[in-house]
Amino acid sequence: MAGSEYWFLVFYIFVLAVIVGVYLISKVPPLLHTPLMSGSNAISGITLVGAVLATAMASWDVNGLLAFFGVTLATINVVGGYAVTDRMLKMFRKQK
Amino acid sequence: MRTFEQACFLAASLLFMLSLRWLASPKTARRANFISMAAMALAVLPALIAAFRGQTSANLVNNLVIIGAGIALGSAIGLASAFRVRMTAMPQMVGLYNGFGGAASLLVAVLEYLFKRDRITVDSSIPVHLSVLIGGVCFTGSMAAFAKLQELISGKPVLFRGQHLLNLALLVASVAAGVFLTVSPGSLTIFVVLVALALVLGWLVVIPIGGADMPVVISLMNSYSGMAVTTTGFVLRNNVLIIVGSLVGASGIILTHIMCRAMNRSLANVMFGGFGATVAAGGASSAKGTVKEASPDEAASILANAQAVIVVPGYGMAAAQAQHAVRELAGILEKRGVSVKYAVHPVAGRMPGHMNVLLAEANVPYDQIFDLDSINEEFQRADVALVVGANDVVNPAARKNPSSPIYGMPILNADQAKACMVLKRSMNPGFAGIDNELFVQPNTMMVFGDAKQTLAKLAACVKEEG
Repeated sequence: MAGSEYWFLVFYIFVLAVIVGVYLISKVPPLLHTPLMSGSNAISGITLVGAVLATAMASWDVNGLLAFFGVTLATINVVGGYAVTDRMLKMFRKQK
Repeated sequence: MRTFEQACFLAASLLFMLSLRWLASPKTARRANFISMAAMALAVLPALIAAFRGQTSANLVNNLVIIGAGIALGSAIGLASAFRVRMTAMPQMVGLYNGFGGAASLLVAVLEYLFKRDRITVDSSIPVHLSVLIGGVCFTGSMAAFAKLQELISGKPVLFRGQHLLNLALLVASVAAGVFLTVSPGSLTIFVVLVALALVLGWLVVIPIGGADMPVVISLMNSYSGMAVTTTGFVLRNNVLIIVGSLVGASGIILTHIMCRAMNRSLANVMFGGFGATVAAGGASSAKGTVKEASPDEAASILANAQAVIVVPGYGMAAAQAQHAVRELAGILEKRGVSVKYAVHPVAGRMPGHMNVLLAEANVPYDQIFDLDSINEEFQRADVALVVGANDVVNPAARKNPSSPIYGMPILNADQAKACMVLKRSMNPGFAGIDNELFVQPNTMMVFGDAKQTLAKLAACVKEEG
């Protein structure tokens, strides 16, 4: 695919994802805004994908160390974010 | 392999969207979180396979150690912190995780540049520089928010002369560095300068913002972490990162917007205002009248004879860890046939939805919790509005006094209840530094003391009423 064609396609994806995001998130009630925030926060740890791929190119040097930090920090974000979100969501219950 | 990878990414993207859809109701919300985890696994799997497949044995060991150790350590820290954190400390926990996400995006961009700097093309270098800038600002900005919320540094706005000019200069300099590196790539020094500029900028942008405005900052940083993921997706040409980053970015922006609207202020006002510091200096005392203090005994007899009580929680409830005490008092009142509801203002607490989580922790059923629009009418019919550690969000000056800094902010109409009880440590003004007219109203009684202890006393006194 030619360079400009690729970026147009990416731009479509980006704009459509933002529209879907705005639509979906405006439906989340204020009651769940904290879990929304911590959950979406966990999702943003998906940058782990980038950290893993970068590790594949790194070796035992500064790059390797940076990659290690990248993987660690992204994993804390993902695992901690999901765990804390589940802890919160478990507590929401209805009147008996 | 390529097909498998793309299929994983497509499935992951759709599942992430489904997960957000399910977050629309507390009934499906837990399921939403699980489906999101599954989507995450699907998105990461192809990268893991790529890191281990068809590598030379030396590389394989290298990758195994770095990735294995990183994931093991990250999981251990993540789980330990997630299970130990108190619900009242959730805002700083989310801030911290958010900063880590930003830092990871920053590191990925840095590595990309280090690997490819002698042959980087324009369509890689622009997203790399954006990633560095957004990821860096998200990292140190979130750390500054964390430090404020954890009270490692003062929660008050940190202001100095020429602050905004300095921030603007830093932003211009970092954009200039990015442009320079795009036009003539390869310099390591200028790239390091760009990283440093982004890191300093993030810190400086957040420190002038006061503690009570943290819901906005946390939301905004959440949005930045999403945008950083999107730019990382541009760097790696990975669609799932672009999509997910856009979803998170949109989420942060919407929450930021809701928070700003709930304070009747623009984002620019929150970011540059130094609200709290300026107001405290110029805020003339508009509240005149006498404060009526009530003992827990007197307050309890009114509560015991009420029919409808609305509880208004605020940051003070979190600070005093009083959510369980609130629930206990409510339980005793309900046994006497009193209807108890909870009114939560969007900016009560230190992050969006903070109060809802605390009430849920104390076993308050979520169908007793109402937001501003759905309960404000009911205050007129309520016998008692019980304000627990809330201040600015119930200040009638927002409705009545055009010269008040918070004029126009939508508030909970606690002042319209037949009686209003305010549990408060002292007469100190709230974070906005404004006197509260509610406290001197004829139908208001102040019950001073630690909220948790006061609530326990109230509960004991109501029980004695028999």
